[in-house]
Amino acid sequence: MVGTIPLQSFSQENKPAATETKFEPKDVILEHIADKHEWHLWGKAYIPLPVILYTDKGFDTFSSAKLQPAGTNYKGQYYTYQLQNNKIKVVDDAGKIDVAANKKVWDLSITSNVASMWVSMIALLVIFLSMASAYKKRVGKAPKGLQSFLEPLVLFIRDDVALPNIGAKYARFMPLLLTIFFFILFNNFMGIIPVFPGAYNLTGNIAVTFMLAIIILLVVNFNGNKNYWKHLVLPDVPFWILPIMWVVEISGIFSKPLALMIRLFANMTAGHIVVLSLISLIFIFNTLWVSPVSVVFVVFIDAIEVLVALLQAYIFTILSALFIGMAVEEHHPEVI
Amino acid sequence: MELITPEPGLVIWATISFLILLYILGKYAWKPILAAVAEREQSIQTALSQAEAVREEMARLTNENEALLKQARAERDAILHEATKVKNQIISDAKEAAQTQGARMLENARAEINNQKLIAIADMKNQIATLSLEIAEKVLRKQFEDQKKQDELVKELLKGVKLS
Repeated sequence: MVGTIPLQSFSQENKPAATETKFEPKDVILEHIADKHEWHLWGKAYIPLPVILYTDKGFDTFSSAKLQPAGTNYKGQYYTYQLQNNKIKVVDDAGKIDVAANKKVWDLSITSNVASMWVSMIALLVIFLSMASAYKKRVGKAPKGLQSFLEPLVLFIRDDVALPNIGAKYARFMPLLLTIFFFILFNNFMGIIPVFPGAYNLTGNIAVTFMLAIIILLVVNFNGNKNYWKHLVLPDVPFWILPIMWVVEISGIFSKPLALMIRLFANMTAGHIVVLSLISLIFIFNTLWVSPVSVVFVVFIDAIEVLVALLQAYIFTILSALFIGMAVEEHHPEVI
Repeated sequence: MELITPEPGLVIWATISFLILLYILGKYAWKPILAAVAEREQSIQTALSQAEAVREEMARLTNENEALLKQARAERDAILHEATKVKNQIISDAKEAAQTQGARMLENARAEINNQKLIAIADMKNQIATLSLEIAEKVLRKQFEDQKKQDELVKELLKGVKLS
């Protein structure tokens, strides 16, 4: 999320108040890393995305173009809606937010993040299904092309992530670990690309990392064996420490995925914020002469972001494997 | 705060999408890919162990060949040695035989020569005797042709005979 998109949006925002509007980097940056109801292409061009609202009276669906430009009231089937800070709010006819009605409305829209996630999913499917077909076509031959580029990564997940952390039962968890790794990796990279269809902040969105963390939480605890649960419920400690241990262990169940969720979210969001902040310097100083400095720093941070993209995908996967490994381990060494 | 509040809509879509992705990739991508990789690793492993076995076999064969060669060489040496010995034996035998033969022939020759010589001498003696008799006869005849001479000779002879 660099370069072009921030620039054009800045110009958009500055135009209506052509006079001395104070540039607020915080608002601009947060707006850019947030989820939106339309998918920006370039300039003022955008793809309108479907809005799906689950209200107490039923589903209300319409195109997000109806809510543009910002501040437009749209009268849907059941309520009147308005877009405020990229969120759809129920308003009354006068344009005031209807707090009571808002609580009854669930926003299930296809937002820019959902749309970009689908694009990335299609890309992942195309990449890996063609890779799989290459294996079928070239049975017993050396890998070639895409296959030889991705196979080391797959083998890396298998040999250096799954096997050492999970052990003998690793094979069952390989699909999950591979899918998580490539899903995070691909979307991390797409987030760094500053032009359509990249420039989104999917892995830096707490909802997505929350979803991944919940999946890990469920997988870990549904696969926990006797040892895992015994260690949780009856650890080898004096009986009067048990209540404390229960608190610790049960909070441990949730804190592990929570850490996964926060780490990925914070790392990816932070990268985007730093890049956008550096770009914002140009507008804060309001001079073009700052741009070389900004660009140099942005390039530097982008290089780090590439590393972070790889690293975070790796860390998320290896910690998932570690937690799964702890749950399925047969002979738990008593380290107390 | 808005930044760290998961949007329920996005959570739901992300969950559905991710599970679909997981299912499709798991079934149609990861499974065949991992199976193919494992299979290839297996075949590489097999090939490697086969190569190892072949190498060992080769080493064994080479050793065997070397041993055979050594043995063959030793045998050849033994045969050559034997042959030399036999040859020397034959030569020395032949020499010995030749020497014996030669010595015997020489001996024979010598005996023959001796015989011949004795014969010749005997012959010569005979002839000399014959000749002597003939000469004596001739002389006597001559002597006896003349009476006077006979008388002289009788006298002569009688002179020689001393009656004691």
